[in-house]
Amino acid sequence: MKNLLRSFLLSLLLLAAGMFTAADLPLKAVHCEPPFLCSRAEAAISMTFDEMYAGVSSLGITFSDKLKNAEGQTVQMAGFMAPPLTPTINFFVLTREPMSICPFCSTDADWPADIVVVQLTEPVVALPFDRPISVTGTLELGTEVDAETGFVSLVRIQAQSLEAL
Amino acid sequence: MKFISKQRKTAAAICAFLSIFGCAAAGNLYLPAHVEAAGYTVQEKNPVNLMPINRAKFLKGQRFDLQVEVKGVANNFKVTVDGVDAEKYFGKTGTVKTADGVTVYCISDVAFTKAGDVKVEAVADGKKNVANYTVTDAKAKKKAKNVILFVGDGMSLQAREMARILSKGLSDGKYNDLLNMEKMDHMAVITTSGYDSLVTDSANSASAYATGHKSVNNAMGVYANSTKDPFDDPKVENIIELVKRTKGMATGIVSTSNITDATPAAMLSHTRRRAEQNFIAETMTEDYHRPDVIMGGGSRHFIPMDTPGSKRKDNVNVVEKFQDLGYTFSGNRTELLNTPADEDKILGLYQLDNMNVYIDRAMLKNPKVLGGFNDQPGLVEMTERAIDTLSKNENGFFLMVEGACVDKQLHVMDWQRAAYDNIELDQAVGVAQKFAAENGNDTLIIVVADHAHGASITGTYHELDGKTGREAVRTYAAAGWPTFEDRDGDGYPDNPDPDVTLAVHFANHPDTNIDYKFKQVPTAPAIMAGDKAIANPNLKGEFAPGNIPYKESQEVHSADDVLLNAMGPGSEYFNGVMDNTEVFFGMVRALGIDGTKNAK
Repeated sequence: MKNLLRSFLLSLLLLAAGMFTAADLPLKAVHCEPPFLCSRAEAAISMTFDEMYAGVSSLGITFSDKLKNAEGQTVQMAGFMAPPLTPTINFFVLTREPMSICPFCSTDADWPADIVVVQLTEPVVALPFDRPISVTGTLELGTEVDAETGFVSLVRIQAQSLEAL
Repeated sequence: MKFISKQRKTAAAICAFLSIFGCAAAGNLYLPAHVEAAGYTVQEKNPVNLMPINRAKFLKGQRFDLQVEVKGVANNFKVTVDGVDAEKYFGKTGTVKTADGVTVYCISDVAFTKAGDVKVEAVADGKKNVANYTVTDAKAKKKAKNVILFVGDGMSLQAREMARILSKGLSDGKYNDLLNMEKMDHMAVITTSGYDSLVTDSANSASAYATGHKSVNNAMGVYANSTKDPFDDPKVENIIELVKRTKGMATGIVSTSNITDATPAAMLSHTRRRAEQNFIAETMTEDYHRPDVIMGGGSRHFIPMDTPGSKRKDNVNVVEKFQDLGYTFSGNRTELLNTPADEDKILGLYQLDNMNVYIDRAMLKNPKVLGGFNDQPGLVEMTERAIDTLSKNENGFFLMVEGACVDKQLHVMDWQRAAYDNIELDQAVGVAQKFAAENGNDTLIIVVADHAHGASITGTYHELDGKTGREAVRTYAAAGWPTFEDRDGDGYPDNPDPDVTLAVHFANHPDTNIDYKFKQVPTAPAIMAGDKAIANPNLKGEFAPGNIPYKESQEVHSADDVLLNAMGPGSEYFNGVMDNTEVFFGMVRALGIDGTKNAK
């Protein structure tokens, strides 16, 4: 079953990384269940990018009460998957808008302030980049530095399920 | 002799070519008898990498590092200056370092103390490289007390023309007025290449303005060696360091971008890698190049890592460091306006990232676009405050003001947002002109772009007769005139989206969709899908296949020459076609800087 899923995901990768254009990929039909088999939790808290912050200033962003209260709980967020450094990944960045730059590959491109790092228990191949995806998982807050890449994150979701919308 | 015979060979080849194609008479157009053609060949890379490079020009006394690099391991470096051993000549001992497959010999922090020609020879592993330098101590007859350098990032001639059309309009075929920057006494055409490539980025070009030396893409204040360390490259002293050291002048940098971004950063810092913005923020606190006024965006590089919104990778609080050094911090426009008038040191950071552009910040004010930064000052206000503050120093001041988003908006093919920010830059130029006129005309004002973009005005665009897309692009006589209006006389068109707008085409772009209309919300032309950029599905319009590599998701810089305008003492230096490094020499000549003063 796992192998079957893997080959399905690999074919998805070929589509996503290869020649697909915005118009020709029948994404509505694609429903991606990654191989961690947890179904989406019933009582996931719905969270939007607009609801994450209570305020911003030059001296930093303040987390909203909704975000703080959801720490450690299951949340569901929709956004866009930024193209990762490699097709097979342990984490990716969820953004409000599709990324028009590639901070992983360009030294003078940087991430927007409001990003969520989605951590995966097993590597997963890429989902589409130009259409929204939904992520469900456990919310984590606080500074963490990825040991392999040095990537600093503040808001993370330990993903239980991913879905192309 | 060899040179001449080569030239003859070339001439013969051209003649043969022309004869074959039956247009031999045209040969005279190529090689008229009375002209000595210079001739040139493709430059080959010398295995001995000598930095500063051949043809470098120095201000007398300007500090620099001399480096010689060869591949592999080596320890038998012999370097002479005008025939004298370099260590003896400079009175300093060199060091040797092997890293990343190369060996680098370095004599740090030296200077030429006499004007004239200098010849440096470097021998390593039996191979030789020779560099001929020029050292100048030229000083203007009538000197400037202050210099204000305006950099319109990416402000090509065409970008300026878009700003002029929108801001001033035309009647009877003539412009109703010119931009402030176009009303200056002196003008030059500036060539923009670095020493690595025909096409420059903003770090490399700003570095030429700040140091008078060529550099390479992504680098500032350094020549580039081959080691991976972005901080060990040979440095050259920059304008802020020079005016502080030799004259005790006040200095300032103002920009609408991250203040650690390439152009403002190059005025004071030294790194091979412009992306080291956290380092750049921190190095701004060091006395020898610490500006008295720092205003712009990009607080994310100044606040500690644990604070949400930070991009630092440590918990250094650079804002607090500046406050400890006596700086007054302002985080928004209100705080800037409330900063006491007698403060002589200001750190103003008004956005976590780049500041929002004029259209979004001052006109549309869409909360989603501003993302909570609803109270940002404009470039004109920042320029006014910077001049007020810096002009208190009796020794004069150097101020760099950058209109950064002309470039950033042309990259995303949003010429309307670029044009409004270009107008804003021009109004900031007006502030400087007013200051100069009211204070004895002893300020040199320079306005220059750092590189161009391939945006060009084809005609106009409208859909009034039902045509859309390319059929609605109006060319030649059908173009007529756009219907922008500035009824309130603030210099900005009242509506960025009139019935008849400009038809602007870009010479290079990624896959994108084009509808020629103003975008109410900033929208990128393409998005990244894996390693390829594809047309942004959120953009309406006709699909325009890209003509640059697929990895490029934005329109890219062009190698086109740019314009420089100047007024005030020393501005007479600028005329004709000039290399970008000459902007530096024009500034230090105007100030009459003696680079040997207060040497360590």
